[in-house]
Amino acid sequence: MNKNPKKLPDSKGHFNGYGGRFVPETLMPALIELEKAYKQYRRDKNFLEELSILQKTYIGRPTPLYFARRLTEHAGGAKIYLKREDLCHTGAHKINNAIAQSLLAKKMGKTRLIAETGAGQHGVAAATGAALTGLECEIYMGSEDMQRQSLNVFRMRLLGAKVTEVPVGSRTLKDAINESLRDWTTNVRNTHYVLGTVFGPHPYPVMVRDFQSTIGKETRQQILKAEGRLPDCLIACVGGGSNSIGLFYEFLTHPIRMIGVEAGGHGIGTGEHAARFAGGSLGVFQGCKSYLLQDDDGNVLGTHSVSAGLDYASVGPEHCYMRDLKRIEYTYATDEEALQAFELLSKIEGIIPALESAHAVAEAVKVAPTMPRDSIIIINLSGRGDKDVQEVARIKGINL
Amino acid sequence: MSKISQVFKKAKKTGKKVLIPYIMAGDPTLENTKRFVKEIEEAGADIIELGVPFTDPLADGPTIQRAGERALAQGVTLRKVLALVEEVRQHVQIPLILMTYYNPVFKYGIEAFAKEAVRAGVDGVIIPDLIPDEADDFIAYARQDKLDTIFLLAPTSTEDRIKKVAKASTGFIYYVSITGITGARLLVDDAMKNTLTLIQTITQNPIAVGFGVSSPEDAATVASLADGVIVGSAIVRLISENRDIKNFVSSIREAI
Repeated sequence: MNKNPKKLPDSKGHFNGYGGRFVPETLMPALIELEKAYKQYRRDKNFLEELSILQKTYIGRPTPLYFARRLTEHAGGAKIYLKREDLCHTGAHKINNAIAQSLLAKKMGKTRLIAETGAGQHGVAAATGAALTGLECEIYMGSEDMQRQSLNVFRMRLLGAKVTEVPVGSRTLKDAINESLRDWTTNVRNTHYVLGTVFGPHPYPVMVRDFQSTIGKETRQQILKAEGRLPDCLIACVGGGSNSIGLFYEFLTHPIRMIGVEAGGHGIGTGEHAARFAGGSLGVFQGCKSYLLQDDDGNVLGTHSVSAGLDYASVGPEHCYMRDLKRIEYTYATDEEALQAFELLSKIEGIIPALESAHAVAEAVKVAPTMPRDSIIIINLSGRGDKDVQEVARIKGINL
Repeated sequence: MSKISQVFKKAKKTGKKVLIPYIMAGDPTLENTKRFVKEIEEAGADIIELGVPFTDPLADGPTIQRAGERALAQGVTLRKVLALVEEVRQHVQIPLILMTYYNPVFKYGIEAFAKEAVRAGVDGVIIPDLIPDEADDFIAYARQDKLDTIFLLAPTSTEDRIKKVAKASTGFIYYVSITGITGARLLVDDAMKNTLTLIQTITQNPIAVGFGVSSPEDAATVASLADGVIVGSAIVRLISENRDIKNFVSSIREAI
């Protein structure tokens, strides 16, 4: 590699042209304050100790690295391991970031947390962080997502959060982010916005990546213990891109193939997908410059994916940079492929994956047979599929 | 001196305040917008701000969000708004400002946009999600074509930010009266007065206050603290209710 992929971003949050800060001026002091606080606390022994204890005793870290023997045999090639983020408290990797940000907000003296959510996983994680730290919490969620993920809506309310429906625009994740940014602009003095992925204005892409990079750090130790060497290939799904960068970051400087899997929806040709790299172009959206699904006039296009967590029009700016460096490859899996992988992993391993993570499983099943039997693939199983069971039943035409 | 600067200079000389009404281009149709622009000028406005519809208007409250949705449903785009400006320029004399989110401009190409905007007769641009820190190229092209770049300040703005925004702004500075979105309730408190005073000690740029100014009384209050007043959601609401806007704009003119 001729360039150190960890050198960026610069002080303005630019990853070689991607990222930055595109927000109302009202939010700038809050972003500068957050950046300062983050820089301070990420080196603060007490903060790190507190976070580390919560990771162990509350989130359930380290999550296991599991050798999926039957999936390996089925695919017929490389050995496939699963990093079991689905076993985290609340059911997905989202909690890693949410707990850390809640703790940071508390240290900053904020009294209120807000968050957006698509599938509901980040909303549940943020509501959990708020309950844990004793902060007030409001979650914004598009009406369409509220319908698709009614169980998570109830979970958030059980956790004491106020869930506010966003009935405008496409009524999905992007509209929930708009509404969160509006709330933050209004209540910026006492409120921290717990952004759920490696997106938005600086310092969020960096901060969320760092909070998620514990996934890769653990994985590295675990695979060295299990196999005595580093893996050959890492695979993760990419919505905003936090679980993938969380796994990949630790390994960036090693010659390991990395594949990010976007949501191919009904196929790229149909226009009904969320594959920003396959079908998007450079744009500025919700706080940063990145690849964006947009029309010729710069309006943001509707997206489609069977998984609400990947159903987003843009992607984390660092991923654009990694793509330019050719450090991470990006591909996509269609709804149908993800649904097949969802059922496959359930039947063959007894693990029901989140539909998001099923996209990564689908890619692994394609890649493994092309690799020698002594090679190693690690899939980030970012979340569990309990939340998707109802939706999958509906798609299969089964009445529960 | 730009047309916008001249307006503020002249107002200052005569002890008047600058009135800047906002409407969403293409709400409910582009034909209506042409008529509204004419009416607003006749009612005594000094500058008109035209909104460009965008799918994700994160600085706007429900009133302007819905106006944008109506305009988008008509197929209104930045390109069409520029064509509209070119047409109304034939018979409207006062400066015209576009208020647009950054992505439509970015997608259009900032160099081409600055050129085309000036050619069409646009005098200045407000981009609520573009801060000076990210605007070097945009400012350079705008200066080249003599397009005013109006940046925003808010009650949260620190001295550091005020300096940055003052340096990047030409024409005037848009002071957002509240921490919030367009159409929220106006709150004139000490924090607002203090911030405005601080801004005025740092920069000579004229300041226009917007967000939440919904009545002649509101307008009179903020006019006493600044050089100009921006009224948006209140007018957009009247349009959405199919009601007359000319008398409303006149009443604000009289109040300030």
